[in-house]
Amino acid sequence: MQRHLISAADLTRDDAVLILDTAEEMARVADRPIKKLPTLRGRTIVNLFFEDSTRTRISFEAAEKRLSADVINFSAKGSSVSKGESLKDTAQTLEAMGVDAVVIRHGASGAPYRLANSGWIDAAVVNAGDGTHQHPTQALLDAFTMRRRLIGPDAGIGQDLEGRRITIVGDVLHSRVARSNVDLLHTLGAEVTLVAPPTLVPVGIESWPCEVSYDLDSTLPKSDAVMMLRVQRERMNAAFFPTEREYSRRYGLDGDRMARMPEHAVVMHPGPMVRGMEITAEVADSDRCTVVEQVANGVSIRMAVLYLLLGGNEPAVTQTRTEEK
Amino acid sequence: MDTHDSQSDARPVLEGPDIARVLTRIAHEIVERAKGADDVVLLGIPTRGVFLARRIADKLEQITERKVPCGSLDITMYRDDLRMHPPRALARTEIPGDGIDGKLVVLVDDVLFSGRTIRAALDALNDIGRPRAVQLAVLVDRGHRELPIRADYVGKNLPTSLRETVKVQLAEEDGRDTVLLGAKQTAQ
Amino acid sequence: MSKILIRGAKVLGGEPQDVLIDGGTIAEVGSGLSAEGAEIVEAEGKVLLPGLVDLHTHLREPGREDSETVLTGTRAAASGGYTTVFAMANTFPVADTAGVVEQVWRLGKEHGYCDVQPIGAVTVGLEGRKLAELGAMHESAAGVTVFSDDGKCVHDAVIMRRALEYVKAFGGVVAQHAQEPRLTEGAEMNEGVVSAELGLGGWPAVAEESIIARDVLLADHVGSRVHICHLSTAGSVEIVRWAKSRGIAVTAEVTPHHLLLTDELVRTYNPVFKVNPPLRTERDVMALREALADGTIDIVATDHAPHPHEDKDCEWAAAAMGMVGLETALSVVQETMVDTGLLDWAGVADRMSFKPAQIGQAKGHGRPVSAGEPANLTLVDTAYRGSVDPAGFASRSRNTPYEGRELPGRVTHTWLRGKATLVDGKLT
Repeated sequence: MQRHLISAADLTRDDAVLILDTAEEMARVADRPIKKLPTLRGRTIVNLFFEDSTRTRISFEAAEKRLSADVINFSAKGSSVSKGESLKDTAQTLEAMGVDAVVIRHGASGAPYRLANSGWIDAAVVNAGDGTHQHPTQALLDAFTMRRRLIGPDAGIGQDLEGRRITIVGDVLHSRVARSNVDLLHTLGAEVTLVAPPTLVPVGIESWPCEVSYDLDSTLPKSDAVMMLRVQRERMNAAFFPTEREYSRRYGLDGDRMARMPEHAVVMHPGPMVRGMEITAEVADSDRCTVVEQVANGVSIRMAVLYLLLGGNEPAVTQTRTEEK
Repeated sequence: MDTHDSQSDARPVLEGPDIARVLTRIAHEIVERAKGADDVVLLGIPTRGVFLARRIADKLEQITERKVPCGSLDITMYRDDLRMHPPRALARTEIPGDGIDGKLVVLVDDVLFSGRTIRAALDALNDIGRPRAVQLAVLVDRGHRELPIRADYVGKNLPTSLRETVKVQLAEEDGRDTVLLGAKQTAQ
Repeated sequence: MSKILIRGAKVLGGEPQDVLIDGGTIAEVGSGLSAEGAEIVEAEGKVLLPGLVDLHTHLREPGREDSETVLTGTRAAASGGYTTVFAMANTFPVADTAGVVEQVWRLGKEHGYCDVQPIGAVTVGLEGRKLAELGAMHESAAGVTVFSDDGKCVHDAVIMRRALEYVKAFGGVVAQHAQEPRLTEGAEMNEGVVSAELGLGGWPAVAEESIIARDVLLADHVGSRVHICHLSTAGSVEIVRWAKSRGIAVTAEVTPHHLLLTDELVRTYNPVFKVNPPLRTERDVMALREALADGTIDIVATDHAPHPHEDKDCEWAAAAMGMVGLETALSVVQETMVDTGLLDWAGVADRMSFKPAQIGQAKGHGRPVSAGEPANLTLVDTAYRGSVDPAGFASRSRNTPYEGRELPGRVTHTWLRGKATLVDGKLT
């Protein structure tokens, strides 16, 4: 693995499978009376959040604390930092405090890449979502959820998602989740189809390793997993689609549509859901919907990532090592 | 290039039948010392300790005619040398259904060397429950302890020099049962 | 002023000749000229060009003296072989009155490194709503003939039409920064394969092309001439080519960076590559080179845009747009146009001196290298190759996209009306 986790596209198949396998072991810690491992004792991790995201922040925080790391939460909101010019200064200030890793969420695409590659700091950088670019731990937890549901927690060990058909529906244009998922799922051998109104598909998508469709109904029967992306209501005002009603009629997932999916297929959502927009309550509350599992799996995946990046003297190597005593 | 193969120099110190015999002995010792092994839980330390634990469990079942709970305990994240290597892939920790609280936990490993693995295992156990007592069974004790730790059941005491390596091979993982004593490969 | 004999220079890349400067003018061009009483500059193997003219420079003064001043900017210009720069109007305050343009013009005169021709704003405060006093700026001491809201597009079709009409009265030209504002809201880079991957806001080619198409039609309709700033797409080339074939009075410029760099560089998220219009694709770069070679694009203009370090040492979104260019322009043109065989040195003289002087009506500049002409000259060591080191820049800013890149050619001497501003690569 590389020293930082910036983009899902940076992960090889072996890296990704190692992370999923490691997360599987981490998931078992959650079932213990003492949900804690001493692994990152003495390591300091800062959660540097320039953008509000309580869900992602607490997920990382839970993962860090379960690994016994010292956690510093830094939220740019309300502090003097609100504009990007001070990213460098902020990062350097934190590094001066002896931080081993920076988990960064930033509204600007590429901010974590800059942080990792500009020589501003030495700490490992984990991208917790940047602009409309990448959100690699989200893609990993989604892949983990798919593997558990479609193959099984134990049967999945060592497996990728070869041949699985994944459909991602919604605002692809503004979605870092979609970008990360396309990259990672492709690496894991899955076949990805993006479904969106043409206005919410980026120009230049032809280079992505996936199919694009404007028709949800024809895609659903061929899907092993359907991931619904959040559609922000304000997109309506920017003429991406005429009305909320028309959007949800054409691209929303309701009970009738869910019935057209294969029996084993699951419904996923990175949260927070906009019920009545991209997903109906009936679907969101059904047992085919993995939203709550995804949240739990997020902690396991983040533990795995942090362990593999910070647990040793260098990031994990993915080829098997022979041990001698 | 030197095609020197350390395996060819390695000398078997225990062969398949020896291993079977010592495991049977250990099983008997456990029954004897645990007075029937009613509350014994075997926890193997991955990778080969798990296979050994299963074999001992089978033998205990033969002796006592009861199923003996057997699981695995991965100690990777409790190691004290984590910072000296890249992170290792994790192995499975599988605690039998009834847990370990109030039980006699017998840790099973292939080779007892510095004792650091067992130290880590004790820490790991601590996060899982509170056994009545913890004992240790190893196939080979090669000496050179760096911590105040000793085994309760030893298959074979094997005095070694630090320049030697001990390699345990088990059918489940390596296709055959043997313990090899070899010379450490020096950097070329 | 004394005499200077430039000996054995390839004038416009031709046969070696001697050029004798006497005072502010070229006294004689020929072979075996007498060196008597003259300081000799051995120029064997070097190419002598007319002093370069940049129709598009941001000198930042007044208002942003932390990034550039008229002094540092004209020193950078002299370093790059320029004898005239046209200073863009987006200063603070905006150069939309006679007062501001005269101030800039005077500062240029006082420092003496390079003539400064201020460009006046088209609209008050560059806001696109109300015409600035174009006539007053023209009549000022600065004698403004080029008007531009550069940095912003004169997007209102009526305002653009009126500006094009109005400047006809005194032979002015409107230089349009072609960028449809609505289509470029949130734009951070060229819209295409790379922006889709990087998740950066797209700046579509059509936002430039639609404005150029509209403006050439407007220029045709009102019988005025229009100049297109920093044309950056293959589609824009097609529109300008079409307009010229119809006899429309349109001229166009391309920047050195659009001749060399592509949006693939944005993958580094390094803001030194953030510029407006954005770096485009390989296909665009090739179309721009071809258009510059065949004359569809008339000139090279630097769009020299200095920014302080902190405005580039940050994440992409927060960074300022623009690159410095005066000190690397000729090298980039040699790399992309001369060394590729697309243009000879006479062609370079045309695109970087004659034509820009003509478009901007810079008197005494962009003249042939012949007896009786003002001695505005640039001597280039075309055999030189070296990597770009921003630490050596005369500009106050260092935001070059070429740091560490090996480029050919080096300006060794620049003369402004016979006075050396650069000697052996060092400013006087």
